[in-house]
Amino acid sequence: MLMISPRMATGMQEKQYTPSLLSFFIYNPSFGPREGEEEKKILFYHPCDVEKNEKIRNVGLCEAIVQFTRTFCPTKPAKSLHTQKNRQFFFEPEDNFWIVMVVRNPMIEKPNKDGKPPTIEYQEEEILDTVYGAVLRQCYSMYKLFNGTFGRAMEAGGVELLTQKLEKFFYRYLQTLHLQSCDLLDVFGGISFFPLDKMTYLKIQSFVNRVEESLSLVKYTAFLYNDQLIWSGLEQDDMRILYKYLTTSLFPRHSEPELAGRDSPLRPEVAGNLLHYGRFLTGPANLKDPEAKFRFPKIFVNKEDSYEELHLIVYKAMSAAACFMISASVELTREFCEQLDSLVGPQLTLLASDICEQFNINRRISGPDKEPQFKFIYFNHMNLAEKSTIHMRKTASVSLTSVHPDLMKILGDINCDFARVDEDEEIIVKAMTDYWVVGKKSDQRELYVILNQKNANLIEVNEEVKRLCATQFNNIFFLD
Amino acid sequence: MSDEHYLELCDNPVQFENASSVNNVFFDEANKQVFAVRSGGATGVVVKGPDDKNSVAFRMDDKGEVKCIKFSIGNKILAVQRTSKAVMFCQMNLQCVVLEVSCLCFVFRSLQTKNASVLGFCWTNWNEIVFITDQGIEFYQVFPDKRSVKLLKSQSINVNWYQYCPETAVILLSTTVQGNVLQPFAFRSGTMSKMSKFEIELPVVPKPAKLSLSERDIAMATIYGQLYVMYLKHHSRTANSPSAEVVLYHLPREGACKKSHVLKLNTTGKFALNIVDNLVVVHHQSSQTSLIFDIRLREPDCAVNTHQPVLPARSIHPYRIPLSGPTVVPSQPAVPCQLYSSSWSVFQPDIIISASEGYLWYLQVKLPPTVNLLQDKGKLMDFLLRRRDCKMVILSVCSQILEGGEKGSLPVVATVFDKLNQVYKEYLEAEQTYTLAMESGPSRGSAAQKRPVRTQAVIDQSDMYTHVLSAFTERKGVSHKFIIAVLMEYIRSLNQFQITVQHYLYELVIKTLVQHNLFYMLHQFLQYHVLSDSKPLVRATPQPRLSTANDEIVEVLLSKQQVLGALRFIRSVGGHDNVSARKFLDAAQQTGDQMLFYTVFRFFQQRNQRLRGNPAFNPGEHCEEHVVHFKQLFGEQALMKPATV
Repeated sequence: MLMISPRMATGMQEKQYTPSLLSFFIYNPSFGPREGEEEKKILFYHPCDVEKNEKIRNVGLCEAIVQFTRTFCPTKPAKSLHTQKNRQFFFEPEDNFWIVMVVRNPMIEKPNKDGKPPTIEYQEEEILDTVYGAVLRQCYSMYKLFNGTFGRAMEAGGVELLTQKLEKFFYRYLQTLHLQSCDLLDVFGGISFFPLDKMTYLKIQSFVNRVEESLSLVKYTAFLYNDQLIWSGLEQDDMRILYKYLTTSLFPRHSEPELAGRDSPLRPEVAGNLLHYGRFLTGPANLKDPEAKFRFPKIFVNKEDSYEELHLIVYKAMSAAACFMISASVELTREFCEQLDSLVGPQLTLLASDICEQFNINRRISGPDKEPQFKFIYFNHMNLAEKSTIHMRKTASVSLTSVHPDLMKILGDINCDFARVDEDEEIIVKAMTDYWVVGKKSDQRELYVILNQKNANLIEVNEEVKRLCATQFNNIFFLD
Repeated sequence: MSDEHYLELCDNPVQFENASSVNNVFFDEANKQVFAVRSGGATGVVVKGPDDKNSVAFRMDDKGEVKCIKFSIGNKILAVQRTSKAVMFCQMNLQCVVLEVSCLCFVFRSLQTKNASVLGFCWTNWNEIVFITDQGIEFYQVFPDKRSVKLLKSQSINVNWYQYCPETAVILLSTTVQGNVLQPFAFRSGTMSKMSKFEIELPVVPKPAKLSLSERDIAMATIYGQLYVMYLKHHSRTANSPSAEVVLYHLPREGACKKSHVLKLNTTGKFALNIVDNLVVVHHQSSQTSLIFDIRLREPDCAVNTHQPVLPARSIHPYRIPLSGPTVVPSQPAVPCQLYSSSWSVFQPDIIISASEGYLWYLQVKLPPTVNLLQDKGKLMDFLLRRRDCKMVILSVCSQILEGGEKGSLPVVATVFDKLNQVYKEYLEAEQTYTLAMESGPSRGSAAQKRPVRTQAVIDQSDMYTHVLSAFTERKGVSHKFIIAVLMEYIRSLNQFQITVQHYLYELVIKTLVQHNLFYMLHQFLQYHVLSDSKPLVRATPQPRLSTANDEIVEVLLSKQQVLGALRFIRSVGGHDNVSARKFLDAAQQTGDQMLFYTVFRFFQQRNQRLRGNPAFNPGEHCEEHVVHFKQLFGEQALMKPATV
């Protein structure tokens, strides 16, 4: 199953192909150390229809590369392997467990005259290690969020259970990977926070505290509005991956029925509750349904040095979503869900309209002309806050960017440069087109700006960026 | 069972010789003086006031039975009424304790209406007196030196009886045959003004008409600064009213009198009224209990101005009378005083007199017992916030609801905080308006503004902090979730009323968060400016750092052992010249990272060099131990030496 999609067709002749997933596999060398038992090492292999010996060969190759590079630096073996046609990424999330992702380089197919087969030109330098390395790590984090560690599955049911779990999880998950649209934001894995005034924020605090008090089963709560985070009771790293799941998988899946017309068959049956707009995004679709199942997805979060297993209840009213996390040892009943629905539904509905109103007021105050005309990406390592005016909208399938991929690549390159040193620095790049790309790193924060100014010189660009910092980020300090 | 008596008689009653066949007792509501007249005054008149200054004793000739006796305001002139036709004035020289007054007397007979009989008189000033006769009202000025009086004003009207409210100097006359048309007059330094009359709705209209409104059922008092006429409306079988009620008529200085409140007594029998701390107290004799009403307390399930008792009926706190006067031997047992006795007389606003026992008490409200009697905490707060000595009780209620930690108490906590802050905000606003007015100079035209009075109901942040919150956050066994929720709720409430949150509250939040390693929460609070007083609106991007929360950021970074980060930060905001070196050195030393300690130490040495031209620390900075530590690690020679000039 090759996922090749032509990105840009220049004329009739040239065809361009974006990077795509060639294979993805997980192995553990210690499971089949003897000759002839190599297959036992392989815990998961995508695509599954690959011939057994090829699987073994590929795994063996990776093993060898890692082993070989270890001789140079025992603690930091190779992370990626660049070849002409593809690039391989290695990741060892747990002892001896290796995840490998093979990405085919983007390529251009040039037809030849005289009926000769077309020449293929691989663009081997187009993809970034940081971006796909981050994607790989994210795959593991997502698995871990819903299944716990590999080690946990091994303890519970040995290799058999682990392979089952991997199969079940990655079969679906890999289909949602859209390698062609991965970029700097995947490196950051940040969280977009909803801008909000203090008073409304405190109201949300108050709501969360009250719900947690009256429904004492609730251990943690997270609150989102418009797919942006407002409050997280979970720790940062857990929230980061949960946020990724919510915004790229759960919410988009449910927004489509919402966007659908009233009579559309996609629209879920309204539960007959006219008092509020609250509904469960996980668990029962309709509380009134006597057949309704009260089963929620389970997630695993960090707790000191072990893991905590939790039910994930996502409840939404209009644009406000609250995630309630409850210890998995408790069985959730219809009564509990009804209680939650009747308690949270009306309050959340009210809060959602409050936030919406407040947001509109604030927007009116700041004025539409103050809407950023700049294209920028901002990221803060300390609180993982990210903001991008480059990305239009995140959907389940693609994240649309409003700039050319070449510029996105420059951003990625600057980011790599920043990662290399600890110092604060600033990089200004003049791109091939009329664009200027500016990267600024100050302590924990990174800002990337794309400016389109013909005939601008370095000084002017520098001034422009200063102006942007003063207007858009006047409360964030950037060291000069 | 805790003490539930929320009413009590005061500890220091006014004692006087009890009424007997030879001793008549009079009470003057205006000066709150009790007159004990022995044998018509011949063997002495003892006057006891609320304090010793108002207590006098004198003798006067016995010229017949005294019907009424009253001092003018300031005890200047004594008026004695013996017959229904005449009143005698005496000028007092109060230098002596016992006076013979007869020589200074002159007798005055009403000149206006020859056949009128005097129902009574009221002093409205030191030398102004109002006579109420059955045929009208007469207002005089008295000149004791000239032994004469001068008529200031009079009005003819048939009067059944009258009531006087000394606080407002308003006299209420009962007129018409049924007596239910009331005509008020107001007096102020030489002027008498007629206020609009009004009619009391009688439960039954008698046929033929006869006097149906008794003076006992009417009382006047000021409640929340407004004058009210209280009418005790007894139940009547024919009028189909199941129980008695008190009807309040609001009597404004100008404008018409309006029926404003109805207090439901839910019982029948004999009642008496008092006003204590703006509460209407209704004593019920047969059940020996009292009810209290707060006319500002809105009843959600009643018509706008109908009120139910605030609390269940309780009797006045048992009172014991020492056996023989104030100079009693301590060992002697005190006798319980019979409460609600039929010999009690009740006067406005808060006076109860037992003539047979010789006591005058002030009635008082005890707030602590109300706390357990009123379950609805929101209502309880409304009630307490309007009482005079409420502060400590309110604070104890706050502690109590936090202590309980019962499920669902957060909404209650929120309600209580909102109520407190509402009052707090009103005070702050009044204070601000006053300050502005003062700054802009004395205003012409408008009357000079009075500085707003800070009542006990103003519970500010430091009160909450010292009496409630700091103890609460340190209490064992309270979940940190609840602590943070409560603190955030308080901060939310303050913000809602646009009150600037004091720094120590933020510190309390930060301390609690740090104690439980909840750094991510802390960071989120900072991000949304919840722990700062900076701009009210978060701009387009949530900001991780705020100039106004610098100290917090430094503290947080230090507590996370990010010493360099903290240093970098404080330098970035230009605060490193004033920052405490000791704090940073401590933190660096604690990490055990020698290079880090070296770096931080050198940083401050350089700072010292730059600021003072000498790298050494000032003794005030208390960095001696760090200097020693540095020498131990890196040797004496590593220290920066002062540059030799």
